[in-house]
Order: sequence, then C-alpha cells, then structure tokens
Amino acid sequence: MSKTPLQFRHNGRDVAIFVDGGTNLLVALRELIGDMTPKFGCGQGGCGTCSVLIDGELHLSCLTLAETVAGRSIETLDGMKQGPNLHPLQRAFADNFAAQCGYCTPGMLMAAKALLDRNPSPSRAEVVEAISGNICRCTGYEPIINAILAAAGGRASA
Amino acid sequence: MTRHRGRGMASINYPIGMNLGGDPSQALVHSNPSGKFTVALSSIDLGQGMKSVTRQICAETLGVPVEDVYVDTADSDTGPHCMGSFASRGTHRVGNAVMAAAREARGVMMEAAAEELEVNAADLETDGRGNIHVKGAPHRSISTKDVAIAAQFKQGKTISGRGIFLVPLSDVDPETGEMSPATCYAHACLVAEVEVDDETGEVAMVRMDSAYELGRALNPRLVEQQLVGGAWMGVSHALYETPEPYYPDPVHGPRDFVEYLMPGPGDICPHDIAVLERPAPDGPFGAKGPGEMCANPVLPAVANAIFNAVGVRIDDLPITPEKVLRAIKAQGGARPQARR
Repeated sequence: MSKTPLQFRHNGRDVAIFVDGGTNLLVALRELIGDMTPKFGCGQGGCGTCSVLIDGELHLSCLTLAETVAGRSIETLDGMKQGPNLHPLQRAFADNFAAQCGYCTPGMLMAAKALLDRNPSPSRAEVVEAISGNICRCTGYEPIINAILAAAGGRASA
Repeated sequence: MTRHRGRGMASINYPIGMNLGGDPSQALVHSNPSGKFTVALSSIDLGQGMKSVTRQICAETLGVPVEDVYVDTADSDTGPHCMGSFASRGTHRVGNAVMAAAREARGVMMEAAAEELEVNAADLETDGRGNIHVKGAPHRSISTKDVAIAAQFKQGKTISGRGIFLVPLSDVDPETGEMSPATCYAHACLVAEVEVDDETGEVAMVRMDSAYELGRALNPRLVEQQLVGGAWMGVSHALYETPEPYYPDPVHGPRDFVEYLMPGPGDICPHDIAVLERPAPDGPFGAKGPGEMCANPVLPAVANAIFNAVGVRIDDLPITPEKVLRAIKAQGGARPQARR
C-alpha cells in the first residue's frame, strides 16, 4: 500500500511521518511518533482515554483519520507539563487522588484542559459534562471532578 | 409517571484474605550501600496503593524516612512469592511479610551500627530521620548511610531481611464442619437512597451514607480513595454491568462500552463515609484491608432501596430498567413501602 506524507504540529513541534491510508491518529501518535500518552482503550470512541486536542478542540484520536490533521496542531498529555513543572491540572489530579490505575487519566486530563482553556471557571455541572465522554473504573469520578474544580480555582488541593 | 424514593441498608462482615493453602506472601528487604532500602515483592499495585502502604510499613519498622525506601514489584519471576493482589489481602498479608522482613533487616542494621559506635545494639535507637544513636545520647550517632557503607565495605554484612506471612491452614472439623476461614474481619454498613421511575424502570442513585471499620487506616487518603471509588464499582454491579444480560443466551450481549454499561460522571451522587479504626490484632500496625469490601455492601443496599421505593424484590443482578419494569407490571403497579 502506498504511504502518504503527513506533517502536523505535535505539542508545539513540527513532525513529518508517512502513514498508510486509513491509519488513525492514535496509531500514528503511538507507533509512528512514539507518544504513548494517548491510550488505546476501546478503539471505537466509547471510553475517551485516547482523547487529544486538535487546534484546541477535544477529539477522540482513535476515530480520527491521521490524514485529516495535516497542517493542524495536536496536543497530547505528553506536552502538558511546563518544563520540569507539572501543569496545574496534573498537580491537582495528584493532590486530589484523582488517579488509581491511571488508564483513563490521560484522556481525563485532556478533556479537562479543553474545558479550562475555553472556560476558566466552570461550574460542577460543566465539569461533569466535559468529562462525560470518559469512563473511569476506579475513582467514582468524584476526585476527578474535585481536581478539575480545584485547578480552575487556582488551588493546589481541594 | 412517578419517581419513587426508597432507602435500603446492608451490613457486611468481610474476611481479609483467604485460608486455602494458608494464603502466604513473602517479602525481601535489603539496603543499598547508599543507606536506602529496597523492598522486593511480587505483589502487584493495581492503583490501589499497595506500593505506598508497604513503603510506609517498611520505613516505620526500620525506623528510617519513608523517602529512603523503594518498593520494587517489577517481576513475579524473580521476586519473592506472593499469592496475588486479590481478596483484600495486600495490606494485611503483604504488609505483615514486609514488616517481618524489615524487622530482620533492622536487627542487622542495628548490629552493624553497634559495631561502628562500639556499643551494645540494645542501647541504640533510630530517630526516623536517617540516624541511629545511643539512647539518651543523641550525639553518639551514625547515619544509616554510614552504617550501610560500613556493613558493605568493612564488616562484610548484608543489611537484609526475609519475611513471610502464612495463616495456618484451617482444617474442617469432621464432626461439626466447623473451620476458621479467616483470621481477620472488616465490617461495613451502607445506606443507599434511590429514585425509581415507574414508567421507565430506571434507577437513579440519590445518596449513600456508609461506615467502614477496617482496622487502622495506614494511609487515610488512600483508604478514602478506595471507599469513594469502590462504592461506584458496587453501584455498577448492582445496576449496570454484565457480560451476559440474558444468560445463558448470548443474544444482546454487550460488544463495547456503549453497550457494556458503567456509571458515568453524570450518574454519581453524594456519598458520606465514616471510617472507624479498630486495630486488628494480627494486622501490620493494626491494618485490615479496605479492598473489595468497599463495593460489597452497595449491591444489597441498592436492591433493598428499590424494594423500599416500589415494592419489587429483584434478586438477579444487575437490576436493569427492564427487570424493574417487568416486576412492577407483574405486581400491578408500584407499591411504595414504608420509609424508615
């Protein structure tokens, strides 16, 4: 099968890869770029752990054809920390015990970032809606909701 | 259409670990020449926090800062044997094994320190900050790092310890059938309040109130995390998830997360939790284990709450809207029970 050249920005850095037709963005990020932070959960858009931002908007990378992101800007959890410092959302997740097994955490953090980037002081209902496409098995969501609200409030912990 | 509120309660006795084959776990503890300690385990941390808790237990027993202990659970091929992370046994069984290993390692460490300070080991104590000194004479002191270096390069000693925890196998009495399946029990009580829609059969959680007696909470935030999250696994078993909805008929079995239902963030409700600490005589520092029991009382409490709300007794999990609706129709309508 012929491959298609593809260029896009990945966490602020230009990348160029060759993809097979039909390759999804999740596979391109994990296997061709080596960014393992978007997780493979269900592969059909049901769990949210593969969530990434495309030009600032939340998308499921497992349902996004890689070729459609040519020239666009992709953000993943790998680009979230600021130098040696954790992003306030990451700090708040740690302080609020918002992760257990951790498999949903990358998707939760990206969904939370998408929310706070456009709405810095969301209500609890808005936080719930923002992460409603993401499944968590361990936490019961409450610590995650509290962490996002704490990060929005500029507090280190709830 | 009416939405009926109902309240249900359940209490549990929960055995920690299992008795079959004695349920053993092993741990090995050794110091590095830097004076830091490594705990080798085959027990797996699934996110429940066993690495944190065994680290605390080891540091406390050795008398060193928690930062000086590293827990390695990397490989069950090369690590000491563990039965596994299940049956809420990690803190209790593995914790006890770590404690035994750390105690033995501490003995060697104190002997090595005694040799360097030219005193009797019985006269030494740890300060919990990385130093060992003569009791009542803090200036007669040596760091654990210097002890480790002396043991390694001068005395030719390994500062290490072995630990195992084994519950003796309880045989069944042939006359009475009596046996002791467990040595340690945790307890819980949970009240669930639900709202049942008599037109759709849907059950919504309104609130939960619970009390858990689980020995000493070695890490209170991790205990809280387990209880908060585990309750929703219980709700999920009670109301949502099953791989075989029409068992044994595989028709309509779920194929993905759209059909295999679990609670989402919009389904949760307030949950007030009281943790009661009554130290267990045979637990490490009195700990039992919050593990699975955080889900267990939720299932019967929710089933009881549904009965209280609409008068239908459903004993087949999960309690789906279809089952609720069929039961309501079979009895000719919702029959709310007395609120208690």
